[in-house]
Amino acid sequence: MDNKNHQVVTIDGNEAAVYIAYRVNEVCAIYPITPSSTMAELADEWSAKGITNIWGNIPEVIEMQSEAGAAGTVHGALQTGSLTTTFTASQGLMLMLPNMYKIAGELTSAVFHVAARALSAQGLSIFGDHQDVMAARTTGFAMIAAASVQEAHDMALISQAITLKSRIPFIHFFDGFRTSHEVNKIQLLSDDQIRAMIDDNLIFEHRKRALNPDKPFIRGTAQNPDVYFQGRETVNSFYNRIPDLLHQEMQKFYSITGRKYAPVRYYGDPDAEQIILIMGSGSETAIETSHFLNKCGEKTGVIQISLFRPFPSSDLLNCLPSTAGSMAVLDRTKEAGATGEPMYQDVVISMAEGLAKGTLSKMPTIIGGRYGLASKEFTPAMVKAVFDELKSVSPKNHFTIGIQDDVTFTSLPFDPYFTLDESDWTQALFFGLGADGTVGANKNTIKIIGENTDLYAQGYFVYDSKKSGAKTVSHLRFGKKPIRAPYLISSADFIACHQFNFLEKEDMLKYAKPSSVFLLNSPWDKNQTWDKLPLEVQKRIISRKIKLYVINATEVARITGMTGRINTIMQTCFFALSGVLPHDQAILQIKKAIEKTYSKKGRNIIDQNFKAVDMTLENLFEVDIPAAANAKVSKDHKIPAYAPEFVRNVTQMMIAGNGDDIPVSALPIDGEYPSGTTKWEKRNISDRVAVWESDLCIQCGNCSFVCPHSVIRSKFYHKAYLDDAPASFKSAMINARGFPETKYTLQVYLEDCTGCNLCYEVCPATDPLDRSRKAIHLDEKESRLDTERNNIQYFELLPENERPTVNYASVHGVQFLQPLFEFSGACAGCGETPYIKVLTQLFGDRLLVANATGCSSIYGGNLPTTPWTKNNVGKGPAWSNSLFEDNAEFGLGMRLTADKQLAMAHQLLKKMEPQLGESLVKGLIESSQLEESEIAEQRHRVSQLKAILQRMDSSDAKHLVSIADQLVKRSVWLIGGDGWAYDIGSGGLDHALASGRNINVLVLDTEVYSNTGGQMSKATPTAASAKFAAAGKRVGKKDLAMQAISYGNVYVAQVAMGANPQQTLLALREAEAYNGPSLVLAYSHCIAHGIDMEKGLDQQDKAVMSGYWPLIRYNPVLRKNNKNPFVLDSPKPSLPFKDYAYNELRYKVLTQTQPKEAEKLIQLAQEIVDLRWKTYVEMAGFGASSFQPVL
Amino acid sequence: MKSNIDISTKYMGLHLKTPLVVSANPLSEKLDNILQMEDAGAGAVVLFSLFEEQIRQENIKLEKVLNATSNAFAEASDFFPDMDEYAVNTNQYLEIIRKAKERVDIPIIASLNGVTPEGWTEYALDIERAGADALEVNVYFIPADLRLTAEEVEKRYIDILKLLRKTVKLPIAVKLNPYFSSLGHFASQLSSEGADGLVIFNRFYQPDFDIDNLTVLPNLEFSHPAEIRLPLLWIAILYGRLPISLAATTGVHGAKELIKYLLAGADVGMVASALYRHGIPWIRDILDDLKWYMQEMGFSSIQAFRGSMSQQHIADPTAYERSNYIKILESKKLR
Repeated sequence: MDNKNHQVVTIDGNEAAVYIAYRVNEVCAIYPITPSSTMAELADEWSAKGITNIWGNIPEVIEMQSEAGAAGTVHGALQTGSLTTTFTASQGLMLMLPNMYKIAGELTSAVFHVAARALSAQGLSIFGDHQDVMAARTTGFAMIAAASVQEAHDMALISQAITLKSRIPFIHFFDGFRTSHEVNKIQLLSDDQIRAMIDDNLIFEHRKRALNPDKPFIRGTAQNPDVYFQGRETVNSFYNRIPDLLHQEMQKFYSITGRKYAPVRYYGDPDAEQIILIMGSGSETAIETSHFLNKCGEKTGVIQISLFRPFPSSDLLNCLPSTAGSMAVLDRTKEAGATGEPMYQDVVISMAEGLAKGTLSKMPTIIGGRYGLASKEFTPAMVKAVFDELKSVSPKNHFTIGIQDDVTFTSLPFDPYFTLDESDWTQALFFGLGADGTVGANKNTIKIIGENTDLYAQGYFVYDSKKSGAKTVSHLRFGKKPIRAPYLISSADFIACHQFNFLEKEDMLKYAKPSSVFLLNSPWDKNQTWDKLPLEVQKRIISRKIKLYVINATEVARITGMTGRINTIMQTCFFALSGVLPHDQAILQIKKAIEKTYSKKGRNIIDQNFKAVDMTLENLFEVDIPAAANAKVSKDHKIPAYAPEFVRNVTQMMIAGNGDDIPVSALPIDGEYPSGTTKWEKRNISDRVAVWESDLCIQCGNCSFVCPHSVIRSKFYHKAYLDDAPASFKSAMINARGFPETKYTLQVYLEDCTGCNLCYEVCPATDPLDRSRKAIHLDEKESRLDTERNNIQYFELLPENERPTVNYASVHGVQFLQPLFEFSGACAGCGETPYIKVLTQLFGDRLLVANATGCSSIYGGNLPTTPWTKNNVGKGPAWSNSLFEDNAEFGLGMRLTADKQLAMAHQLLKKMEPQLGESLVKGLIESSQLEESEIAEQRHRVSQLKAILQRMDSSDAKHLVSIADQLVKRSVWLIGGDGWAYDIGSGGLDHALASGRNINVLVLDTEVYSNTGGQMSKATPTAASAKFAAAGKRVGKKDLAMQAISYGNVYVAQVAMGANPQQTLLALREAEAYNGPSLVLAYSHCIAHGIDMEKGLDQQDKAVMSGYWPLIRYNPVLRKNNKNPFVLDSPKPSLPFKDYAYNELRYKVLTQTQPKEAEKLIQLAQEIVDLRWKTYVEMAGFGASSFQPVL
Repeated sequence: MKSNIDISTKYMGLHLKTPLVVSANPLSEKLDNILQMEDAGAGAVVLFSLFEEQIRQENIKLEKVLNATSNAFAEASDFFPDMDEYAVNTNQYLEIIRKAKERVDIPIIASLNGVTPEGWTEYALDIERAGADALEVNVYFIPADLRLTAEEVEKRYIDILKLLRKTVKLPIAVKLNPYFSSLGHFASQLSSEGADGLVIFNRFYQPDFDIDNLTVLPNLEFSHPAEIRLPLLWIAILYGRLPISLAATTGVHGAKELIKYLLAGADVGMVASALYRHGIPWIRDILDDLKWYMQEMGFSSIQAFRGSMSQQHIADPTAYERSNYIKILESKKLR
């Protein structure tokens, strides 16, 4: 087809798919889940903007409380005649399964678009493979796989056309991230082309089949053994004709667009001897590799499966070359315990049946293998290894490719240096920080090149798993032909390092081609930079004859008034050095893009960017490369020798970016990983860190309390300890009376500090002579590194303060308790983690945590290093994440075990009392363990018990010793965000609270789905904008506190650390002490609020001052004692709601986009605030008898 | 009889039905208030100020937030609904101008408050296109940098004025503060660079201290009638000497202050604090009292008495100079 007649765009796979889905549907019911969320968000955005589908109406988009809810809504909308779709992935698809059987069983036309993703097994993975869709293969849905961004676009339409024609619902899927997030140049289908594929008569038939009281029937009957079976068989003919119908639709599509597809396609030598059969993005790699190998004289071929269900056996046999001697079926999934993975089984059966029927003349050798789980790279080298294996006399079956399996030896070896001919492409790698705009600029570059020139462009972006200081790597390819390379760049013509300190952490030049260009953002000038490079980098530059260019982009940004924004500058450098576009054209296009991006942001921003572009080339210099490396610095990110073996051997490899090389044998078999590994990964992400001024400090503990990363620690100790302290070790007299020999030190773990500045903001101690100086403040790190490392080492040698000696009831006291949640990868200034940290300080050594999926499970549990840690005697929080939706039930299960095993232990203690002694047994059973000293005593008794039991050989003794730990009171906490508590887990949470069991729930309420990008939840407040509430939330936030209070026996608190840390502390302690269910709702400021995160605590205070977030405690114990259980802890509102709200972009955005609506909503929000406050004040004044009695 | 009295005036070439103009203040953020101002008899309304820093800082803040949250994580490429439509710029301000122009007949004067030449061109053009009748420029600038010379400070004003003059055809008034070494000379410079009016004087932000918490209190007090003295002096001095309109602002709480300003030579008097104290209808009370005064004094029009107490017109011009001050001191001695 002639490209010029078609609109060419550079978009990612998600957008490509939803572009069609939106245009051919009337209703979308969705729930956000990575990596499919973008599809739903775009649909919502287009609907909000009034963009119509091909019939001229605006599709209705609704966000549901879960994927189960979305599927139910889809089912209902379909049954009543709407063209309905949804977008999902992974566990989301799992939640849809029950409805999918129904939708298919009722022969309902619909397409579910899935960005296929791994399932949670030994661990969660957000990355791509086919495990989710394979789990849906028995639902009765037909399944079509797209292998590229263009295919995701085209197959979305073909699926819609055929579902209407066949009445069979379809899953249209493509590989999560690799296709859903790859940006590529595609031909966009026009509305006319889309219309030509959709037959309106089929839509009328769809509507005719709908439930309609004007011609009523019932569907969804309960069927008895007499007819159910036959009923299931009624649908067979509908499935049987799908391959033929699909052929017809694809032929029609070809005639309209010129792009040719088939249910099964064959690529390669017509006389191929080795064949790979594959589905999804890996097909492209396989096809390109086969093509390359055939040019080298091999005889290979690739069968690409597009239709997976119903499996097109005849098509497969038809396209198989008769010369095929051996064949490998590659599945991007794992079905443990099966005779082979699903597609392998389908192929074997199809061919066996073909052979039996005589449609296949001879049976080639067929092997099956797994590849690419959770976005594991699948490269031409791996494809070649599989073809090579097929040539062997006895090729390995049930193999794996891409990993090293040294346990069951399934893996095939491959040559990592094998590549295809990449000379047609310019390949570029960019190493940047999440917040420095590198990815945004690169997406922009792809648009510039892809949409303004004849060149093809591809972009793929890799992020690390941290939320603060996250590294991004952009992989960009440009070329004159379409780019079919769904794998990372391993050999680059151009490498850019946007952050100088990455050089010490990452061996990025290992990807550099000989004579390639290396662009470095350097704080040093062209003469100084060379000496500052690590030795390894210098050596690579010399040996590979790399041309090194430097620019002080940070300085250019500062001069042009764009402090911190280096993206435009580095982008200009790329165009100047890469030669992808002629220089003048490149500058013109960059400026055009700047104008487009900032057209509504004011001329001065555009001018600043223009100035930055113009100044870039004046400041870009080539560095003369000496003949020999002479660096004094060397890369140093070794984990110390005293770290645990696992950390040194395994974690270290992941940290260094070499996790792909870890063999199967080195990994835990059941997902169990050691606690407390963040301390070994000194990330050094901030140049400015907290610094303590001992002379000013009033030792209040505020800074330590609010520090989101637990980098501020305090200890008191006898002054004699200072005798051996380093000279630089800071200390002060403890400011408590009566302890003249006690010293106090506040130690900052500066290598873990993110520079968030919350400590400074909360510090009340200001120098009276210099009001700008506080007892804790940010200052530069570099000059302090060596001395502070020594100081930290010494600080760690000081004894931990004994828990019974610390006053738990005060913020001042809590600073002396060791946090058992430290150095997480949460955002700098995170509003959630301080609550978790305090929880671990209070109860950490006996804490069991069930953590709902979301931000807290990611910064809490994402490898390589995790923050939940243990104390000096090896005790600490035991943490686990089950799913998103089930966290309350999961935590309740933990409680049941604790209760059950405690009861069993008591039973055994009583039984064994004669052997164990009355006083020990009595002590163990009767200890109330209310005070820390009592818990210490109980621990001592348990140790005694274990010592005695170890000497016994009876079955009872063995049983008792195995559960004796339960005798120390367990503190069970269910932690999660509002997405869990208010939406997807709402039913479970409600049930767990109603159970009356001693569980404690901590809801980290950010009022949106923070982890997946700010989608509305039922906690999103009135007047705030969020995804799926772009025009402002019109209904009120659910009052979860009042819901729980309605049970009467649930302890409920609403807290905001930034407003009243003492109340937070009190609430957490009361919740834990209450022997029943407790719910603590914690206001958590978040980047999704659109605030300056430094001011997060201030915003919390304003939320309380405005009356928006009243601080409350409802304690059933008070009711038992005939007192009013409802305590209102916050003062009368003294701030209009809007004075709090309009500090946040989430509220403010509407004042610009829809000022009238904003005014209306802010008034409504104020009324809600006033009303709620009034209700709470009244409740606080009631007598005890106004509240439900408690037994 | 009152109806025969003509209280109309001209300000920067604009015909005003009355000489009382509402100065820039947040009351004009609401269209209803502007309608009330017209009803009460305001000759014109200077809209609330569009602050350069506000626009700039909002933009920077927006950019900062969006940059920090975009393309940073694998699971969330951004955190906010599409921001295409979101632009912290003059939109809302321009909307008020447009709507006010649709609904009222009196002139609407836009007010730009800034400190640097950048960005002004764009905003001024937008304001002109939106239909404003004039532009008041408030170079709200405290020369706290000790290296700045008086010439540099004046140059900043002149540069901004030149830039605006090149950009828009609207009448431009410059709102001044009294702290110039040679105010008369500076005023004539502004006049020759194209200013159509001077607004005398701006009330500077003068912070207070909280002595208990050792913090600076950023509060702004309402004006008092006693504050009219300084503007009065300078209007009386400048009247008739420059081909330019004069607006008196600060301290107009009743007709008395307005009359004094007119007598000194102001084309208009401006009011704001009094409207906060007494409400927008207070404008009518002031104007009624003005008419009453004119009737009593036999002035049939503003023109009949405007400037009659200026330096040029009073019998003893030294009354505005040093010798008058000596006289006052002498008189104090006698008490």
